[in-house]
Amino acid sequence: MKRSNAPIFWLLFGAGGMVSALIGPVLVFITGIAAPAGMLLPRELLSYANVLSFSQHWAGKCFLFVIIFLFLWHSAHRIFHTLHDIGLHAGLGAKLVCYGAATTGTLVAGCALLRLGW
Amino acid sequence: MNTSERMITMEVLRYRPEQDETPFFQQFLVPFTDDMSVLQGLQYIKDELEGSLSFRWSCRMAICGSCGMMINGVPKLACHTFLRDTYPNTLRVEALAHFPIERDLVIVMDDFMAKLESIRPYIIADTPRALSEGEYLQTPAQLDLYEQFSSCINCLLCYAACPQYGLNSKFIGPGAMALVHRYNLDSRDSGSAQRMPLVHAEEGVFNCTAVGYCSQVCPKKVDPANAVNINKTESAKDYFLRFVTPKGAGK
Ligand code: SF4
Ligand code: FES
Repeated sequence: MKRSNAPIFWLLFGAGGMVSALIGPVLVFITGIAAPAGMLLPRELLSYANVLSFSQHWAGKCFLFVIIFLFLWHSAHRIFHTLHDIGLHAGLGAKLVCYGAATTGTLVAGCALLRLGW
Repeated sequence: MNTSERMITMEVLRYRPEQDETPFFQQFLVPFTDDMSVLQGLQYIKDELEGSLSFRWSCRMAICGSCGMMINGVPKLACHTFLRDTYPNTLRVEALAHFPIERDLVIVMDDFMAKLESIRPYIIADTPRALSEGEYLQTPAQLDLYEQFSSCINCLLCYAACPQYGLNSKFIGPGAMALVHRYNLDSRDSGSAQRMPLVHAEEGVFNCTAVGYCSQVCPKKVDPANAVNINKTESAKDYFLRFVTPKGAGK
């Protein structure tokens, strides 16, 4: 019997699910509605200067990285399993596309955050 | 209770491999009273209308687990479902989903039997106990741990409910996992090291996508989904910690 390597993906999926459930909706509200529309929050909150300095701070960098990385892995896993559920057993190909996209996204986010400087 | 006799239409899936190319539905008009189960309806058909109809049953009281079938599309025990609950509509009975049909409502259980055997569903003691040593003692708290999972009657309703088993029958499945859990939790047992490789395997718990329908249809409140999910966590822990924990530590 071959041991499954699913725990890696499952844990990332679980962590991503937890984070997105806890702060996903609030993030959408702040960045998508409240700040841009100037409701409850000032518009300048998401100004270029503010966001730049947020992503230059080590804590901001960590936060952005964790959010992007876990959300990506959560959705990759979800999409992979949903494909299987709707009868598309693309197997290794689908795995490569889903998790490959998550890996690429993670790397791009990491590099971008590093390039922004401190 | 209404004791007067009424008539219900039962639509039963038939398949006789020696003469039918594909399964088909046959309708029967069955007289019934309020206290009659679907199983009794089938027995009426067999005794009075169509002697060749095949189905499994034994206890008539939700204990033996042999009368599992799809009733109006839902996996149920025929002896545990009343005809009156469907009346005046037509009641549809089919063989359990996700299994090959042997004949009419009788499914081929070989796949599950092999799985059941593979999980070693019996107490494995470290050192065999001599009869002279008397019985094993167990506290109520120790019994509580596994009792729920020991109620499984192997009826396979959970397999018929599980979409993942339907897609890939290599998956060990909810019922067998409930039994793995039942024996691993038993204070008299030390066989979990023999059972866990199956849980960790590609055929194991990670095929489950946490749908939970298995627990919903289980007639004995075993909650196999819970057993599967607890073992996902156990398996993930073991996956990452197996190199740092000494062999034999923990169950
Ligand atoms: S877990 Fe429940 S539904 Fe599944 S085989 Fe056992 S008794 Fe039947
Ligand atoms: S006949 Fe035994 S469970 Fe239904």
